[in-house]
Amino acid sequence: MAEPVLMRGNEAIAEAAIIAGCRYYFAYPITPQNEIAAYMASRMPQVDGTFLQAESEIASINMVLGASAAGARAMTSSSSPGISLKQEGLSYLAGTELPALVVNMMRGGPGLGNIAGSQGDYFQATKGGGHGDYHMIVLAPASVQELADLTVEAFDLSDRYRIVTMIMGDGFLGQMSESLVLPQPPTKRYDKSSWILDGASGRDPRIIASLRLRPENGVEQINLRLQEKYRKIEAKETRFECYQCQDAEVLLVAFGLSARICKAAVNRLRAAGSKVGLFRPITLWPFPSLELLQRARGMKKVLVVEMNAGQMLEDVRLALGDKVEIEFYGRMGAMLVEEEEIIKRIGKNS
Amino acid sequence: MTSESTKAKRVFSRPETLTDVPTHYCPGCGHGIIHRLMAQVIDELGMREKTIVIAPVGCAVLIYDYINADGLEAAHGRAPAVATGVKRVLPDRLVISYQGDGDLLAIGTAETVHSANRGENITILFVNNAIYGMTGGQMAPTSLAGQKTKTSPYGRNPADVGMPIRACELLNTLEAPVFIERCSVHDVPHILKAKRATRKAIENQVKGRGFSFVEYLSMCPTNWGMNPQAAADWVAKEMIPYYPLGNFRDR
Repeated sequence: MAEPVLMRGNEAIAEAAIIAGCRYYFAYPITPQNEIAAYMASRMPQVDGTFLQAESEIASINMVLGASAAGARAMTSSSSPGISLKQEGLSYLAGTELPALVVNMMRGGPGLGNIAGSQGDYFQATKGGGHGDYHMIVLAPASVQELADLTVEAFDLSDRYRIVTMIMGDGFLGQMSESLVLPQPPTKRYDKSSWILDGASGRDPRIIASLRLRPENGVEQINLRLQEKYRKIEAKETRFECYQCQDAEVLLVAFGLSARICKAAVNRLRAAGSKVGLFRPITLWPFPSLELLQRARGMKKVLVVEMNAGQMLEDVRLALGDKVEIEFYGRMGAMLVEEEEIIKRIGKNS
Repeated sequence: MTSESTKAKRVFSRPETLTDVPTHYCPGCGHGIIHRLMAQVIDELGMREKTIVIAPVGCAVLIYDYINADGLEAAHGRAPAVATGVKRVLPDRLVISYQGDGDLLAIGTAETVHSANRGENITILFVNNAIYGMTGGQMAPTSLAGQKTKTSPYGRNPADVGMPIRACELLNTLEAPVFIERCSVHDVPHILKAKRATRKAIENQVKGRGFSFVEYLSMCPTNWGMNPQAAADWVAKEMIPYYPLGNFRDR
């Protein structure tokens, strides 16, 4: 067992990416995720990797696209306004089925907002963001340990399904220092030789493109294939955590940092004798709808807690319909949800 | 006379790097000529099996249908960034970014300037036909003063939208590029000169020398509303005076 180390969240992502075999990182500065770029700038040369500070968020996502088409594990990272700029590239990556890791350490918005942690980009990440019908796998870590573990897993998922995976953290999580055990290097290697572009030597030329003007192999066919892939991911890759759910009568539903605060509230409520549990989606897409329904059925109440105006709330409503009473507590503008407030709202039901 | 000397000698044929398919380009369009120049040079350097061509948004987006080599499509303006990503992973492959004027000098100006400024070891082939072709003839950053287009129906008004941008001169202010040349494909002597510039720009990359850039003044008869000969004449009479031909840098 490896020794625990103390690392900042943003640095843990960067080191985990290197452990996962990522050797191409393309950056553009934006707070509160600059530690990822700084770490990569010093670390990549030590492992014969490429760190490149691009001229824009748009250029950096397109450099990722080029590196991915050439067969490399490539990533970029940013925060909310920068992720908005990358949406075009994300749509092209989806349309060409190229794997990549994109990290969003969310900050307050809309607009320039502020630089503290937020969860305001849930809709953007899970419902599209860019143009066209597509999905990314969206992972929501709630600790520095999980930032590292999910970064390694994200590369694996991306290569397995030829899809973009997004790590959705937030400014607080990225700035937080915690002890963690660095993940092990992945053992599985993906053979990409059947599709990458590396020069048509001893084979027919290949094209990686999303433009399809001929109806016999048109955009509808691509979309049908993508949807089939998405259904497979929904069936196989949904991840969540249940905390103190077994005998719970009231269920908190939260992701990322909000879930962590909810967990503290659950501990205090449990100590006071309340039967409260926490359901924490780890994949925001695919959203663990059935798993949530199985656990929430028969509860007195479900309280959804988010650092936004109620975005995951819509997925919870879709999953539960009118079978359970659903309440919401959220704060916007990169303000932390408060343990006391969660306890107050649960108190009367348990 | 020996039988050797009576045998017909083939002096002109389709390069291996060009596919044998009907073209979608309009009569008199310059893209086919420029595709051929690029393909000939790739053949001459024996690089076909090591080539990745980055296809732009614009009329040449389907370039991969004509080039018998790997092709990767880029979003509008992003070809130099995509080329950068490919080249950083595969430094011994030939990576060519083929771009039009709207792509290179409007929506993708940042990518153009910064890939040149980094001295990325890529080759950009820039087709300047002074108009947006694929979208039906809108004003380009290189449309001439007074030029009538769908979006400058009274003629490009420099007081309102500025003068056309000269790409070679702009890039020539940067330290890193090793080769910058403007040529034209409006007649055979100029095409032969353009061939030499294309060869140099691609050879530089193969030799690992750095960023090379060739601008081709080219015809768009359809969107200029001219027949092919009139379009070729327009390049000579109207474009060349504003876009002087020649080599700007050859290190």
